Amino acid sequence: MPISDRQLAAVKAALFLLCLVPLARLGWDAWRNALGPNPIEAIQRGLGLWTLNLLVITLCVTPLRRLSGWAWLVRLRRMLGLYAFFYAALHFANYLWLDQFFDWNEIGRDILKRPFITVGFAAFVLLLPLAATSNRHALRRLGGRRWQALHRSIYPIAILAVIHYWWLVKRDVATPALYAIAVLALLGLRALWRDRERREQLAGKYAPQQPPRVRGRIIPIVSQRK
Amino acid sequence: AQGLPGRKSALSTLEPPTPRDDIVNYGNFLEFASDKFGHVERSQAMAVRPWTVTVDGLVAKPRRFAIEDLLRLPLEERIYRHRCVEGWSMVVPWVGFPLASLLKQVEPLGSAKYVEFVSHADPAIMPNVRRQLLDWPYLEGLRLDEALHPLTLLAVGLYGEVLPKSNGAPLRLVVPWKYGYKSAKSVVAIRLVEREPRTIWMKGVPEEYGFYANVNPAVDHPRWSQKRERRIGEFFKRDTLPFNGYADQVAQLYAGMDLRKSF
Repeated sequence: MPISDRQLAAVKAALFLLCLVPLARLGWDAWRNALGPNPIEAIQRGLGLWTLNLLVITLCVTPLRRLSGWAWLVRLRRMLGLYAFFYAALHFANYLWLDQFFDWNEIGRDILKRPFITVGFAAFVLLLPLAATSNRHALRRLGGRRWQALHRSIYPIAILAVIHYWWLVKRDVATPALYAIAVLALLGLRALWRDRERREQLAGKYAPQQPPRVRGRIIPIVSQRK
Repeated sequence: AQGLPGRKSALSTLEPPTPRDDIVNYGNFLEFASDKFGHVERSQAMAVRPWTVTVDGLVAKPRRFAIEDLLRLPLEERIYRHRCVEGWSMVVPWVGFPLASLLKQVEPLGSAKYVEFVSHADPAIMPNVRRQLLDWPYLEGLRLDEALHPLTLLAVGLYGEVLPKSNGAPLRLVVPWKYGYKSAKSVVAIRLVEREPRTIWMKGVPEEYGFYANVNPAVDHPRWSQKRERRIGEFFKRDTLPFNGYADQVAQLYAGMDLRKSF
């Protein structure tokens, strides 16, 4: 189902606003004092959960595109990924500011000694280069192949994020397990498809070196340097 | 709720109590829920009358107490600091009586060295009991001298009223110098034993939860620094005090012990 640029712009705008809803709800609840007896913990939880949700949603884009054939879905992926980073950054900022109040000693010890914080921090650090290279300029400079290789680190990031959650809970891992299943399913699907394509390629189903048929807008990748 | 006043006690802290709503609506009652809120609704299904507490084991006069008998004991209001292992704390105006006054009635034998506390467990109304999240029933323990310490309380009330179900009605243990999980809720049996009990948390996650569980800012939990705590209702974290601020009264119980090993 191809859609026009105007329709896509509308979908993007709606998605942009939709992704702000969890933050708006947290803000609204904070303002009317409805975050419960431990508001800082509630904010931290909410931001963390929405980071995970958006990571999972971002990972859904490619399989959905393949299954539906809607090529334009991929053009929503950058926004979703950046929103995952946005919520992760707020989650981290809330930890530094409201939770620890910039007690760098404690923060440093937490990152080194608490395994769940170590992996959470690692996931956040790994997200930084992805956010920094999410623009077209960076894509051009890196070249498609290298850019794609870099952005595949979203896979280990998602795994680290689930481990971060898993190790945080005291005993009941039911909810982290749901995220683990979602992430593993989404990564497993990719592995399965890649494996199948390789087999088909080996079986000569595709002529070697034949470029895939391109649909949608073509982004020219031209080196800026002479 | 039914009024249940208690005589003021010199053992109370002068710090301002946490608002009642926060005490009632936030906490861990793991039988009912894994988060800090779900237990409030679900615990309403728990029938707290009739209720009996068996006190037996290594005692001269084992007995079963009806909750009504216990409510007739001289009750005191004890305003205690309450520190959860997860790093939050409250100030709670409990109403209750010293555990020692109950134990004296059953006359512990010389061989009794520890006290075991068993909580109510009903899979029909407790989802986490049904799914066997831990090896239920909830079981906690104290050394006999800890159990007989004047600070150790059996609480039957909160804020001058009968104890709400979400806080462990009708009878719960309160050991204010230990992390909150030692203070077993909805107690149905107290047993005097010779050997150190294997508590529910020691069976479930032995590397994280020890038998003593004394509040200690110098010994971190693998998942939480214990140096500071967030007092519910306060913005800044405050420093956690050794033995939760009760060191003057209880530190001598642990003289000569390595509290890093006996955590």
